[in-house]
Amino acid sequence: MLWHAERDLHGVDAVIIPGGFSYGDYLRAGAIARFAPVMEEVAEFARAGGLVLGICNGFQVLCEARLLPGALLPNTSLKFVCRQVELEVVDAQTPFTRECEPGRRLSIPVKHTTGRYYAPEPVRVLLRYAPGQNPNGSQDDIAGVCNEQGNVFGLMPHPEHAVEALSGSVDGLRIFESMRAHVDQHVLA
Amino acid sequence: MTSTSSPSRHRQLGLTDHEYELILERLGREPGDVELAMLSLMWSEHCAYKHSRKLLRRLPTEGPRVVLGPGENAGAVDVGGGLALAFKVESHNHPSAVEPFQGAATGVGGILRDVFAVGARPIAVLDSLRFGEPASSARSRYLLERAVAGIGHYGNSVGVPTVGGEIYFENCYEQNCLVNAMCLGLAPVQRLIRSAAAGPGNVLVLLGALTGRDGIGGASVLASAELGEGDGAKRPSVQIGDPFSEKKLLECCLELLEDGLLVSLQDLGAAGLTSSASEMAAKGGVGIDIDVSRVPLREADMEPFEVMISESQERMLCVVEPECVAALMDVCERWEVLATPIGQVTDTGHLRVLNAGAVVADLPVHVLVDDCPLYDLDPIQPAIAIYAPPEPVLTGSEPPGEVLLALLASPNLASRRPVFEQYDPIVQSRTVRRPDEADAAVLALPDGSAVAVSIDGNGRRVACDPRQGTIEAVYECAANLACVGAEPLGLTNCLNFGNPEKPHVAWQLTEAVAGLAEACQDLEIPVVGGNVSLYNEAPAGPIFPTPVVGIVGKLPDARRAGRLGFLREGDAIALVGPFKPRRAGSELAKLQGRPPVGELPPSDARAIRAAHQAVRDGVRRGVLHSAHDIAEGGLAVALAECCLAGGIGASVTVPEGLDVFAEAPGRGFVVSGLREALGAWPVIGAVGGGALRIDGVLELEIAKLRAARDGGLAESV
Repeated sequence: MLWHAERDLHGVDAVIIPGGFSYGDYLRAGAIARFAPVMEEVAEFARAGGLVLGICNGFQVLCEARLLPGALLPNTSLKFVCRQVELEVVDAQTPFTRECEPGRRLSIPVKHTTGRYYAPEPVRVLLRYAPGQNPNGSQDDIAGVCNEQGNVFGLMPHPEHAVEALSGSVDGLRIFESMRAHVDQHVLA
Repeated sequence: MTSTSSPSRHRQLGLTDHEYELILERLGREPGDVELAMLSLMWSEHCAYKHSRKLLRRLPTEGPRVVLGPGENAGAVDVGGGLALAFKVESHNHPSAVEPFQGAATGVGGILRDVFAVGARPIAVLDSLRFGEPASSARSRYLLERAVAGIGHYGNSVGVPTVGGEIYFENCYEQNCLVNAMCLGLAPVQRLIRSAAAGPGNVLVLLGALTGRDGIGGASVLASAELGEGDGAKRPSVQIGDPFSEKKLLECCLELLEDGLLVSLQDLGAAGLTSSASEMAAKGGVGIDIDVSRVPLREADMEPFEVMISESQERMLCVVEPECVAALMDVCERWEVLATPIGQVTDTGHLRVLNAGAVVADLPVHVLVDDCPLYDLDPIQPAIAIYAPPEPVLTGSEPPGEVLLALLASPNLASRRPVFEQYDPIVQSRTVRRPDEADAAVLALPDGSAVAVSIDGNGRRVACDPRQGTIEAVYECAANLACVGAEPLGLTNCLNFGNPEKPHVAWQLTEAVAGLAEACQDLEIPVVGGNVSLYNEAPAGPIFPTPVVGIVGKLPDARRAGRLGFLREGDAIALVGPFKPRRAGSELAKLQGRPPVGELPPSDARAIRAAHQAVRDGVRRGVLHSAHDIAEGGLAVALAECCLAGGIGASVTVPEGLDVFAEAPGRGFVVSGLREALGAWPVIGAVGGGALRIDGVLELEIAKLRAARDGGLAESV
């Protein structure tokens, strides 16, 4: 666990910015957390090619920090929504999705108020909500995007809530297993 | 100390002439203004429980697993593995009726603080809500929508899952809605902390938010009087919640406890510093000095009495040994939590309030906490009906299929999905059963076992018969736990009633408490805490008597937690328990426009206990593929719910003479499994197909059942 106020990544192999309500989301989701001192190092790490995953609020932080394109707007319902959704893996050739079979569906929950992804320019989409599953009205059913280099990935669904059969699904493990495989191959090798 | 001796001074603050005379006698002098403000709140119904405390002594509070009983910020039971489960339910009814978003949000915030005040990390929230009829009342839809949003706003943000709850709609809650919030927390047994102040010379430190004028007099203004016209003007008495501050305060307090830096800890709730400091001093048998000039303020020109009674949220009070203050400050700084020494523990037995050194109040702690008169109620069973009949929706001549669809679409039985989708039930990653998957929420513990929790209360049935209706609420809650395989360990309750000074309300309250005591004794479930909310009345009359009970339980293997939905084609369906239902007080009786009167079914405690035990064992052994208690809407609705949750049909033949819409909550279960596994239980049919078929009664496609149930509330939230 890295502390927000520290400017030190302590030599980690990859960074995961988790979900939550950083600073209460009072100004705008992620708008304050992007200024956390640790984010300077995260940006540096990303520029150097390190893997950075942002989940939900972490995705919002990455967009606010301009490490990912686009923005997350309030859901069309204007309400918080928690729901198990089906996702389609659009690109299975990235460090975050390489352990997914192409076209395979993942069952992972979403839970957010501000998850309607919007980008004016074309973006690299890794995950889409399956037809009829879009919970927030995001553009082109986008659930997760990565940067051009493919080493920074943000998604609204919560893969960390789909890693244990007891709690409903293990599909989220694919994301973390992909990251581990990439790190094993490229960072630790 | 100044006092303005206007004779109505005490009455404006809600004290009776008799109570004021008692104060004069105990003090031997007239109280000053600050003192009177403090006394009026400590002697309010909300703080002193003056109309209920005598009754509550009847409740059984002891059991082998009880670690903290009534009187602490929350009760707690031992759940094994060195862990204690702290839990409590509390009302925030009147604030929510005045400003539903903040009222409900701060209700959640308050109950979270009660739980981490005993050193437990909050792991789950449940809510019990009551509103007027959504179809006919715009006010009720507004209250529902905003209260649900407020609960989500606070719980989701602070990172505590909302795992369950219940909602009922009845005309009697139209003006006076109910918002009860329950919280569960986990702690290593040895980290639990009490609120008793100790050690004269120790430092009193205020943690958390700045103190402002919000909630001034909330305990007396809102919580201890009936609602009426012009309540909009009371809106400034509702506090504003800040879940981000609460999250920091929570983490900070748990770290302070982990580091062993605190002597005692107490949250600031109703009546603010006054109540917290006097409770801490009373429990420790000590005195406390507070200097209000040291309290960090949000508004510069606050009077000492305002500082003492402010109900600003997200604050805690702790006692620290002088040599630990520096370490405490370091922890608080890391969490960006404001920490201010504002006084000290003394050996005077007095709560003294100073303003930059000058004494502005000096009251014996026992006068504040113990000397409020406790009133005997004057219960009289009403000779005439208290509640008007509801508008009929059904005539009584509809065929059973149509009745079932009307029941499933009725606000009290319709799908709660539009509500619970606004809550996060999975954060913290313990949730094994989400809403709609089982009759109780199930949360995994580190050793592979799990805790289960349910919250229940059906005011309409309690209105029919306060004693039997309350007994049923306990049975039903325990039955919900049985369905996931959990054994009850402890109970908390919130007694929501009208004005206890009225004889018929006094009768409802007396009977309900008697029923609660009886059911808890029968099932051997100790009551470890609770809350009483009285004066829930509007000009049109009192609410239904609404005791809400929350029970926590334990199951040995999280993987075996029961589900309510039918699972497998060909499984046999059995009816378990002494289920002899009646129409009185039922959902159908309501839809037919009948008032809440009539005789509820009798209960045989021994047989009910045996049925709960049998279902619990079947679930734990894994031989029951589904288990569901038969509650509102009777057997037909229970079967429909099992079909809908499992996405598969069923075909049954009901026993001769059994009314499929009649109710007897907590006594009967619908279970399914392999035929040989169901043993001696009467098998009534089998799982399979795409429809619910009750031989000779009705046959309805699952899709039709689903459409009825899904549409019921969707328009209102």
